[in-house]
Amino acid sequence: MKRNIFLIFLLLAVACALPFLVSNYRTFQLTLVLVYAIALLGLNILTGYSGQISLGHGAFYALGAYCAAILMDKAGVPYWATLPAAGAVCFVAGFLFGLPALRLEGLYLALATFALGVAMPQLLKYHHLEKWTGGVQGIVIPKPEAPLGLPVNADQWLYFFTLFVTLVMFVLGWNLLRGRVGRALTAIRDHAIAAEAMGVHNALYKSTAFGVSALYTGVAGALGAIAVQFVAPDSFNIFLSIVFLVGIVVGGLASISGALYGALFIQFVPNIADEISKAAPWAVFGIFMIGFVYLMPTGVAGAVRLLLARRRTP
Amino acid sequence: MDAFLHQVLAGLATGGIYASLALALVMIYQATHLVNFAQGEMAMFATYLAWSLLNAGVPYWPAFLLTIGIAFVGGILIERVVVRPVESSPVLAIVVVFIALLVILNSVAGWIYTYTLKSFPSPFPQQAAFKYMSPHEIGAIGITLVVLAALYVFFRFTPLGLAMRAAAQNPESARLVGIRVGWMLALGWGLAAAIGAVAGMMVAPIVYLDPNMMGGVLLYAFAAALVGGIDSPGGAVLGGFLVGVLENVLGAFVIGNELKLSVALVLIVGVLLVRPSGFFGRVHVTRV
Repeated sequence: MKRNIFLIFLLLAVACALPFLVSNYRTFQLTLVLVYAIALLGLNILTGYSGQISLGHGAFYALGAYCAAILMDKAGVPYWATLPAAGAVCFVAGFLFGLPALRLEGLYLALATFALGVAMPQLLKYHHLEKWTGGVQGIVIPKPEAPLGLPVNADQWLYFFTLFVTLVMFVLGWNLLRGRVGRALTAIRDHAIAAEAMGVHNALYKSTAFGVSALYTGVAGALGAIAVQFVAPDSFNIFLSIVFLVGIVVGGLASISGALYGALFIQFVPNIADEISKAAPWAVFGIFMIGFVYLMPTGVAGAVRLLLARRRTP
Repeated sequence: MDAFLHQVLAGLATGGIYASLALALVMIYQATHLVNFAQGEMAMFATYLAWSLLNAGVPYWPAFLLTIGIAFVGGILIERVVVRPVESSPVLAIVVVFIALLVILNSVAGWIYTYTLKSFPSPFPQQAAFKYMSPHEIGAIGITLVVLAALYVFFRFTPLGLAMRAAAQNPESARLVGIRVGWMLALGWGLAAAIGAVAGMMVAPIVYLDPNMMGGVLLYAFAAALVGGIDSPGGAVLGGFLVGVLENVLGAFVIGNELKLSVALVLIVGVLLVRPSGFFGRVHVTRV
């Protein structure tokens, strides 16, 4: 345990030093890694821990992003204040979608969420909402500057802000999943009826898990929108939801650290594969997905755990 | 009234295509109780193969049949190589494999054929003989009905069809009477891929050929399969026509074309909530 804490502080120190060592563009990419990590943690709460498959989490990411963009653009709300709002809206939306989803299991839930993911861009383009959403053109939002005259540029500031939010979200997530709630969710995933018999309120836990998961993804969406400075319907298509799925499968299902590995994977692997062909990242994603399901179902996090365990017991 | 009739009939035509793809989904669901998310991309890929054949100078109908044959073999291969190892895995693993298939087929098609739109010819004459529907629309409906009839005859009257039904309904007993259940499942995948190829070749002249052309169509096919009952082939076809008409009429008169896909979303969630077995499906009871 002591070693783990030491490792986490080391990781934090590296994370704080990084933006001063690399270019602004790399800093921006690292910001996105953190954003994805939050979103993946959200999806992992739902799919990894409580076993409800979502193929439509891009929709909640979009909702969060649009919340932030609309609040900043139309109401002049400062960027940091949009995060709680986006989280709250997504929690409610997720909870409400989770209620009917209670009746759906496995494949059917996957189907319903898949439909949500496919339909989302069209909903965002809907012309009666254009007044707020900006229709196909989307919304451009300004980049926040560092406050109080801190000696960092805008990219670095946004990175540190995101790092702070990520830290808070991960600590909250860790507390949530390592305790009573996490155990209850895992019990529902592994045997719903047995969990019910032990006194777990299945319906409440499952729909709350949906809400919390959407909240995480929504906060990530809001941060992502601020980092990219732009939202448009077509950047939130079904493939975004699939990217998240790739992330949790590669990073490791039902694992908190897995969200980080997955985020690194979905941010940097496409960059490398892009040099071969425009279509190559997706082929690589697909092959990795199948490969991980066949060979390493616990993902990178599982492999790391295995390696550490082997080193400790020679 | 004229416009309304036109929309209904045009809806029937696209509905026929949804019906074919829904039929393919039902085929695989009946055999394996899985919903194949890659069905649309398999159809798309087959359509690209047909396009290649046509470009190589093969006349339409031979190319049509050849594509169906290739799709059939491809479907069997996919079942044998990719799906079989995860057959008894948790649902999540299976969904991930299907999604992986979806993106691989999509990106490989994009890689080989690029993402620019291509036009795909229709085998039916150009000039309109009938006021409300184009010849292609009538032809697409006709082909759907032919496929449905052929499937009905195959499953109802041939020994192989009987064996496939037996394997789907009760694998253990089927195995005991000497049916090779594994191969029957593969055959089911082959048939589904072939039907999907027909759907792809029928929809391509309408939506144009591009790697993402099947996204919306697949969603409507899901809705159609669910409306009809995911384990009922006849229901799927009826559901397909119903969804096609509903989509077109609602799109034209009520909610506008922009929200067409949401019709599918509402239908899917609505049916799953109100009547999960669809109109013609059997109600499943699970023993605890």
